[in-house]
Amino acid sequence: MTKILKINGLEKTYKSGSKQLTVLHDVSFEVEKGQTFSIVGPSGSGKTTLLGLAAGLDTPNAGTVELCGHILNTLNEDERAQLRNEEVGFIFQDFQLLPTLTALENVSVPLELQGAKHAATRAKELLQKVGLEDRIHHYPSQLSGGEQQRVAVARAFSNSPSILFADEPTGNLDEETGEKVIQLLFNLNEEAGTTLVIITHDLDLAARTQQILRLKGGKILTNETTAVI
Amino acid sequence: MAWRDAKASRARLLLFMASIILGIAAVVSIQLFSQNLTDNIQRQSKSLMGADFRIDINELPSERAQAIIDSLKPDASEVSFVSMVAFPKNDGTKLVRVRGLQWDFPFYGKLETEPVTAATFYQTLGGALVDATLMLQYNLHPGDSIKIGEISLPIAGALNAIPGNTAVATSVAPLVIIPYRFIESTELLQFGSRKRYEYFFNQPNTNLVLLEERVQPMLEVENADLDTHISTSSRLGRRYDNVGSFLNLTAFIALLLGCVGIASSVNIYIKEKIKAIAVLKCLGASRKQSFLIFLIQIAGIGILGGIIGTAIGVGLQELFPIVLKEFLPFDLTISISAQPIIMGVLLGLVMSVLFALLPLLRTWYVSPLEVLRVNGETSKQSRKASYVAISVIVLFLYAFSYWLLRDWLFALAFIVGIMATFGILSGIAIGTMRLVRTYFPKGAGFTTRQSLLNLFRPNNQTVVLLIAIGLGTFLISTLYFTKDILLDKAEIGETSENANLITIDVQPDQVAEVENTFKANDLPVLDNIPLVTMRVHSLKNESLNKLRTDTTSQIKGWVLSHEFRTTYRSNLIDSEEIIAGEWVPVQKKGDTIQISISENLAKDADVSVGDPIVFNVQGVLMPTLVKSIRKVDWANLQPNFTILFPSGVLENAPQFNVLTTNAPTEASSAKLQRDLVTKFPNVSVIDLRQMFTVVEDILNKVSWIINFMAFFSILTGIIVLIGSVRTSKYQRIKESVLLRTLGAKNKQILTITALEYLFLGILGSLLGILLALVSSLLLAVFVFKEPFTPSLIPFLVFLPGISLLVLGIGLSNIREVLRSSPLGILRKNT
Repeated sequence: MTKILKINGLEKTYKSGSKQLTVLHDVSFEVEKGQTFSIVGPSGSGKTTLLGLAAGLDTPNAGTVELCGHILNTLNEDERAQLRNEEVGFIFQDFQLLPTLTALENVSVPLELQGAKHAATRAKELLQKVGLEDRIHHYPSQLSGGEQQRVAVARAFSNSPSILFADEPTGNLDEETGEKVIQLLFNLNEEAGTTLVIITHDLDLAARTQQILRLKGGKILTNETTAVI
Repeated sequence: MAWRDAKASRARLLLFMASIILGIAAVVSIQLFSQNLTDNIQRQSKSLMGADFRIDINELPSERAQAIIDSLKPDASEVSFVSMVAFPKNDGTKLVRVRGLQWDFPFYGKLETEPVTAATFYQTLGGALVDATLMLQYNLHPGDSIKIGEISLPIAGALNAIPGNTAVATSVAPLVIIPYRFIESTELLQFGSRKRYEYFFNQPNTNLVLLEERVQPMLEVENADLDTHISTSSRLGRRYDNVGSFLNLTAFIALLLGCVGIASSVNIYIKEKIKAIAVLKCLGASRKQSFLIFLIQIAGIGILGGIIGTAIGVGLQELFPIVLKEFLPFDLTISISAQPIIMGVLLGLVMSVLFALLPLLRTWYVSPLEVLRVNGETSKQSRKASYVAISVIVLFLYAFSYWLLRDWLFALAFIVGIMATFGILSGIAIGTMRLVRTYFPKGAGFTTRQSLLNLFRPNNQTVVLLIAIGLGTFLISTLYFTKDILLDKAEIGETSENANLITIDVQPDQVAEVENTFKANDLPVLDNIPLVTMRVHSLKNESLNKLRTDTTSQIKGWVLSHEFRTTYRSNLIDSEEIIAGEWVPVQKKGDTIQISISENLAKDADVSVGDPIVFNVQGVLMPTLVKSIRKVDWANLQPNFTILFPSGVLENAPQFNVLTTNAPTEASSAKLQRDLVTKFPNVSVIDLRQMFTVVEDILNKVSWIINFMAFFSILTGIIVLIGSVRTSKYQRIKESVLLRTLGAKNKQILTITALEYLFLGILGSLLGILLALVSSLLLAVFVFKEPFTPSLIPFLVFLPGISLLVLGIGLSNIREVLRSSPLGILRKNT
């Protein structure tokens, strides 16, 4: 199988006052194209840092990240931004929608940044898919938490990404809404063949992915394939 | 709790404080300066006049006047007049004011000369003291000679200062002081020349109030005037009070601008604290407690801002004597008084609390439920409470303006003016936001749409930024346009038909020869105007004495004592226009003499068409009737007259002439002046070209001072701008980072921000310039009564300059986003 993400010997340290704080230590793993992959671990284990480095939102102190065939260390910020825009989708725990844009406009943003011509049509289709066709002109403040996260899902898929990173996508949602969002993610993964990388505390959710990476204190505890095929 | 919360938001609160520091500094420095000015004038009252009191008269005193003066025993006297002088060393000529001093004057203060001893020996050795700047201009040194009329005197020294004279006053006609005994031999005191006799008294024990009460009415009848050092200094004090009020208002505008900055920053600050306040209320904090937490913070900032601003103000006032040196007739000693300092600190406290009151009120109405809302609407505050807060602010502003201006009507006009300007600017800002929202260019590119969205996004700074940018630009552009109007007004037409050299005091027997001198220099005689001097004898059949004692009379005092210089001709000139009655070009025999008077004289003398005036023409009484009233353009630098006689009346009266010409170059003008001074020492030449340079120089100095004050407003505007931009920094950064996460390149983020601030900068500065155009047009039409051709400089320099400045400040805000990784900032700000 083709590897869409290759992480090798990743190290990340932050300065905390006068001390150096090592958040990730010698982390290496690979994710296959079209796979569903989860990263689990207690708070402070380095999950979000790992996701940020894998998506090219930050640069490591040591080690390499290869995403969609590009070694991120060799790209500058604008080149990494372009790669994200073309190949990557994001979903955050706190939705991170632009408050001044309507649902439709929020979903259009990645395509607009590419300069795509039919951004609005594509955004409408996606909002229809997530069941928000009658809420397209609403602002984030006029939507419920679940609806906002569905807009975020639609946005994440708007540029037809090869890989989607989701950071605690159900963390702010009730069980029922959370389940709807997860179902949506898996359906879109199936339909479009998008690789899913999910960070979660929810072991049940992790168990539904094909591979689980367990982190603790910035180190990999286990990296196992699940029974899910 | 207030302190703990403030510590966490230290950087933000410091920016609020910066907004008012400059305004306070400006108000305090000007208050201290005004106070010092008043104190100095009072303390130096005697040395400002150089005597305890003086009597002055514009003609040789009558017998009765002389008797009154003699009975008071003057200690010194002088006669002064304007005349041409020549410097044989380099063939230079110059129009100067000659003062012939008798005995030892001044009694207080001193003549400042170089060498110092010249102040005393010029009298004994018989030399002239010549204005120091004039000596520099003509490269003169002590020992060189100066030709005044028919005599030549050695220059004893350079005159640096004499009590009661300002540098600006002497720049028009520099001073030359000579001993009184030489005056007669100059032969310059001939018929027709304008002279002034002054008598100085060194009588410290005289009751000046009583003296003025008793002697002034007697002297007035004889056309003389008595001034005591007290009345002169209080008049001077009032004059500088007006200047002080103007400067104070400019400083006050800077302070107001800072307060708008505070209001806007606190507004956003409180919005961000709503959650924290709701949490406090959940934990049991009362409305009063949560309100007080933020009130105490703002009050603390206000006091601290007041203290820092006051300290800067104290330092700044040291600059004022340097800036205003040329306009002050004395050396200013700076001292620090308590009142402005206390006022500065209090002003910081009151202004910041008042302007923060509206947003602070919101804390009162925050519901604990806010804790549970994710993106809910914030609580609405009571409308009544807002109205009360606004009323308190307006009342305070009015009270403070009244305190500065001491006139309730001016204070009201100022407040209305300020509110109108703020209203127009904020109205246009709100209108713009609505316009952008309504006609949003949906088809425009993503970056353009995103930058336009930023203009009406929640927590936007559009209104505050447009007010700050607009007001700053409005102030500097108005100053620039006004300066232009004034300079245009003084400008002389450079065509050969316009006179630029005026010779005055030409005696009838000299006219032909002066004309020949013009011709010998290849210069045309443009005008030859006869002048006849006269005084008013009776107005509307009321005698002068009766009018002087009539307390209900509307007639201005100067009309009754002025020596009018009139002329006669059968045509009107360019600068005149009949606005009432009918112009009579030639007097018909047998009719009463029908004259034309200027609009200002008609107003000051309270006469209209058909009213009789009797003139005293050198002893002969001449009854006349006002047949027409003329509007005269006095700014037109050509000989204009308040009283105009028709031809056929004054031809045989004792008269002298004014001849004008146009000298195309400075060299030809200088040569003619030399020739005239050599041949006709009594004739004075006014060089309008030189006069224009002097006027321009004075206006430049005035505008420098005004610019200095505008600087406070502009700098405050920039600080408010930085404050406003920084306040919304975190929100902007978060959004930019999100865009970066979704794949936006640096260029796209930069373009979004650049377009937004460029739009704000261009709109704000354009609004300011357009408002300045309107106000300058109103000033031109109603105050200066001049046509107004706006300069392009504000459009070509201020508009791009200010827009780029705003752009720079805006872009500096997102530097952090462009430099660091999205994850780092995303974590820091979530």
